[in-house]
Amino acid sequence: MTALSRQKIGGVLARQGILIAFVVFMVGFAMANQRFIAVDNVFGVIRSSAILGVMALGVTFVVIGGNLDLSVGSMMSFSTIVVLDLHDKVGPALAIPLMFAMTLALGAFIGFLVGYLKLNSLIVTLGMLSAIHGLTLTWSGGKNMDIADKEGTWFAIFGQSSALGIPMPILIFALLAVVLSVLLSKTPFGRKVYAVGGNGTAATFSGIPRARVVFMTYVLSAFCVATAGLMQASRSMGSQNTVGQGLELEVLAAVILGGASLLGGSGTVFKTVIGVLILGFIQNGLLLVGLEFYVQYVVTWVIIILAVWLDIAAKRGRLWSPIA
Amino acid sequence: MTSQTRKDLFKQGAIWAFIAAELVFFSVAGEFLSVSDKAFMDFDNMLLLLKQSAPIGIIAVGMTVIMINGNIDLSVGATFALSAIVLLDSMTWPVFAGLGDWVIPVSWLLALLTGCVLGAINGLIVWKTGVDAFIVTLGSMLGYRGLVFMYNGEQPTSNLNWTLVDFAEAQVLSLHTATWFLLVVTLLIWLLMTKTVHGRNAYGIGNNREAAVNAGIRVGPHFLWNFILIGFLAALSAVVFYSESGSVNPNDGMLYELWAITAVVLGGTKLSGGYGSIISTLGGVIAIQLLRKGLGHIGADTETVNLVIGLILIAVLFLDRQLNRKGKEELKI
Amino acid sequence: MTDPTPVLRLEGIVKTFPGVRALDGVSFSVLPGEVHALMGENGAGKSTLMKVLGGIHTPDEGQIFIDEEPTQMTSPQHAKAKGVVFIHQELSLADELSVAENIFLGELPLKSFGLVDWAKLYADTNAILKTLNVGFDAKTRVGDLSIANQQMVEIGRALTVDPRAVIFDEPTASLTDAEKVVLFDVIADLKARGVGIIYISHRMEEIFKMTDRISVLRDGSYRGTLITAQTDEDEVTQLMIGRALDLSRNVSHHDMGPVALEARGLSCGDLFRDVSFSVRQGEVLGFYGLVGAGRTEIAETLFGLRDPSAGQILLNGEEVRISSPMEAIRLGISLVPEDRKGQGLVLGMNCRDNMTLPQIDDLRTGPLVSEGAEVAIFDQYRDKLDIRTPGWRQTVGNLSGGNQQKIVIGKWLSMRPEVLIVDEPTRGIDVGSKSEIHNLIRDLAAQGYAVIVISSEMPEVLHVSDRIVAMYSGRVMREFTSDEVTEDSLIQAISGIDGDKVA
Repeated sequence: MTALSRQKIGGVLARQGILIAFVVFMVGFAMANQRFIAVDNVFGVIRSSAILGVMALGVTFVVIGGNLDLSVGSMMSFSTIVVLDLHDKVGPALAIPLMFAMTLALGAFIGFLVGYLKLNSLIVTLGMLSAIHGLTLTWSGGKNMDIADKEGTWFAIFGQSSALGIPMPILIFALLAVVLSVLLSKTPFGRKVYAVGGNGTAATFSGIPRARVVFMTYVLSAFCVATAGLMQASRSMGSQNTVGQGLELEVLAAVILGGASLLGGSGTVFKTVIGVLILGFIQNGLLLVGLEFYVQYVVTWVIIILAVWLDIAAKRGRLWSPIA
Repeated sequence: MTSQTRKDLFKQGAIWAFIAAELVFFSVAGEFLSVSDKAFMDFDNMLLLLKQSAPIGIIAVGMTVIMINGNIDLSVGATFALSAIVLLDSMTWPVFAGLGDWVIPVSWLLALLTGCVLGAINGLIVWKTGVDAFIVTLGSMLGYRGLVFMYNGEQPTSNLNWTLVDFAEAQVLSLHTATWFLLVVTLLIWLLMTKTVHGRNAYGIGNNREAAVNAGIRVGPHFLWNFILIGFLAALSAVVFYSESGSVNPNDGMLYELWAITAVVLGGTKLSGGYGSIISTLGGVIAIQLLRKGLGHIGADTETVNLVIGLILIAVLFLDRQLNRKGKEELKI
Repeated sequence: MTDPTPVLRLEGIVKTFPGVRALDGVSFSVLPGEVHALMGENGAGKSTLMKVLGGIHTPDEGQIFIDEEPTQMTSPQHAKAKGVVFIHQELSLADELSVAENIFLGELPLKSFGLVDWAKLYADTNAILKTLNVGFDAKTRVGDLSIANQQMVEIGRALTVDPRAVIFDEPTASLTDAEKVVLFDVIADLKARGVGIIYISHRMEEIFKMTDRISVLRDGSYRGTLITAQTDEDEVTQLMIGRALDLSRNVSHHDMGPVALEARGLSCGDLFRDVSFSVRQGEVLGFYGLVGAGRTEIAETLFGLRDPSAGQILLNGEEVRISSPMEAIRLGISLVPEDRKGQGLVLGMNCRDNMTLPQIDDLRTGPLVSEGAEVAIFDQYRDKLDIRTPGWRQTVGNLSGGNQQKIVIGKWLSMRPEVLIVDEPTRGIDVGSKSEIHNLIRDLAAQGYAVIVISSEMPEVLHVSDRIVAMYSGRVMREFTSDEVTEDSLIQAISGIDGDKVA
């Protein structure tokens, strides 16, 4: 077999590798435990991944646009706390739009810093991780938030109801995934996100307003975070200040697992959804076979490294790094 | 003197000027707002501040080396926790039962070895696979945390050894043990980075990796050593901290990587690599700790600390960019 | 007559990559104390040959001899240890480190405990700097040096060993005339020490001034070695491109329309000052000058990427302010940029998406991109420009340089601009595609486009332009019509010599 065709096979493996791995994994676990693919279990997994998933959809845009967002976890805590607090103060009908407005404003601020001021996104969002956490604590006075009258509100519909037999979080996740997938792959805006992330200079030389596109990716990410916050608040009807802590890295893990390059310009919404589901099913599968939740951390670690490694190995045409 | 060196001097001095400004501000504001009647710049207060800076400080020094290389390490918090568990748990192992207090150095060695091994795993993966350090350590941050939980589930691991506590609480020349560790580590790594071939190569690699490769520097093993170093320092940080506290929760050390990176960036180290100073990182660590204590001193909610630090980090980035702008003629891309 | 032993000899070097025979039996030798030019079009195999010499590529066949010893190069360091050193076109220095640390990068002198032996380092460096006769010292930070001085640091690096052969790759690309003199002195000095020198350059005047022999590559194969004193530019050119260069001047056979674009007293800081010119519909205006003369910066200003500090831009007689590329595009100005891969294309995207990028907002049905309209545009310009690609799905990064350039040109033609600015239209493109692109530019003018062509290659400017603006150091020195221009007067103008005064 020639080197060329080997490379081709490697390329296919790398492009679809994550999907193949997912299928193999599912089949393997299903054979080990029938429960694994029972409808209610599958729904359960997707449902518990939905919040992470919604956040990952937004971060997908940011990452394809060539930037990072480490602030989404902290921002999600903010949204959750704010909407819970406002719920009791102004009622759910006003609390939800207010919370969205505030979260979008935070996203716009980050977008302004990274897009228009061209500051390094890693540091900006690291700073915002801390700043928004401070903001949340200041808002709540460090206390947990709870909805006082849990029975007399319709607020629970976003997290606890279901329609057509499908739990609401899954519906929201699916709907958002479809809409954002179309936005990314079928609209001029989506094309511009790829161009800006693939080669920002060339995008500028093609008359694409790079700053505005980057700005929009952060606003979009904030919208997803606000939605996730709403789902979280609605599900639990009460929350700690740190509910989203650490989620930024899990979200990033899902996006990377889906094959988006941190350098920007590649990735799709569909692949991110696969990444999210893989994380969810690993956790679930390991639990079903009787392993503790933390084993999934180790498994996720191995999978992330393998996924990215195989991807770049296929691109450079050799397994091991050429650096001496 | 060229404008570049002037700029450098300004950058090197900036963090210390900032610390001085913090001291003045909190002292003055404290006169009016303070909830305690103690002066802010009280000697004991400052000693305590240095001691509290130590755990993050020791990690931040290692992070500086990694970032000068042009890499990053997100797994230090988990390494910190796992080393702490090994430290505390190994003291109770039956094998060492006959050692008496001699178990302490043995446990220390085991903990430090754990850090080195975890660092080496990161380093080897970065070297051999060519996957970006950000992703490698993002993964191992999860993985190592998983190992932490595997050790003792969600239960804390505790073991208070009074000899060890006495050691950790000792003060030599009025500085606490932890402070001594921080200062010695800073000095040694400063020497490493400024005086040794390894250190100078670290700058060269971060500055222009291709040039370094062409000049025959073996970049892979170089990265490996630096990851071992930061693993070692994360473990040392755990050793210093847990000798005194004696109990580790599986969630300990979370977000330490972010604090360490914040301190390093405040100290002026470039994310892109090739530029940075160990001494300025120490400044960054102290500045953050001062801010924490200072805000508490003037009666601000401790919650605001996060807000202020986050915004200062962004402001520093902004100022740095303004300093490096070429002016109006610049290409608008 | 007995020839001296060559310091470096290549024999039958063959190197193939999948689908390409990059080097096809290259043989030549460099004598001690000789400056040996290596010439060839871009893509002729010069850089591959250099990588073989530097141990980055292993040749499939053939042999390298150093002082007639057969030698296998395994890495740049190994090559250096054998006495073969490179002065790269793109400087590979660490800005934050000192001159001394850069010169001895990778081989810093050691004391015990891994400490750097600074005393020895500075002493050795100063000894090297002394032979180079430069005005900076070992402790200077490299980032503080001028480009010319940084190049001296690179040369200093070569002198840490006793070099047998030094390879200069386009060493004068970014040097001023005064700096060139210093460089040539250093080369002369090396020559006097019996070092063999390979000098890679496109600049004929330098080649004929500096070198003793000229070896020529074309399409990866060796085409012969000429003795500089016994040949001329025509012969070298013919060897390089396989035929006599079509130096025929362009004569306009069509009528020109009114002035499309005019600049009056345009300035941008120190980059260029008081620049005035105009271009008519149906006209090709050439900008010729050395790298750094301000030509590209003018194009970027016209395209809204730089803010002018003074002066006016007039489009069809009306003054316009162009604050962004979007604005420029809206006004009908297009720019094919100089750096194709960095500025022209998103290499990871497919051909179609690259081509339709500037007008993606206009190719919609409802809120969605109309892929049909996109493919139609791609097909139209693929046929028109004869772009050879398996299909629009092909990733642009996998195309040849010529086809990539055509994608960029197609991208801007499909915008139907009034003014098309083309910066270095044929950089890094093989000879065949080159003349195609030249013809294309002439055709566009014939169709009524106003075209501005910026080029560093004199034959190109002479061939395609109706008028030529010669720039030197940010100013317009002279403007020539295609009838009056001569190579001599053009060279003088871009070297800062006022043609009229000399004549």
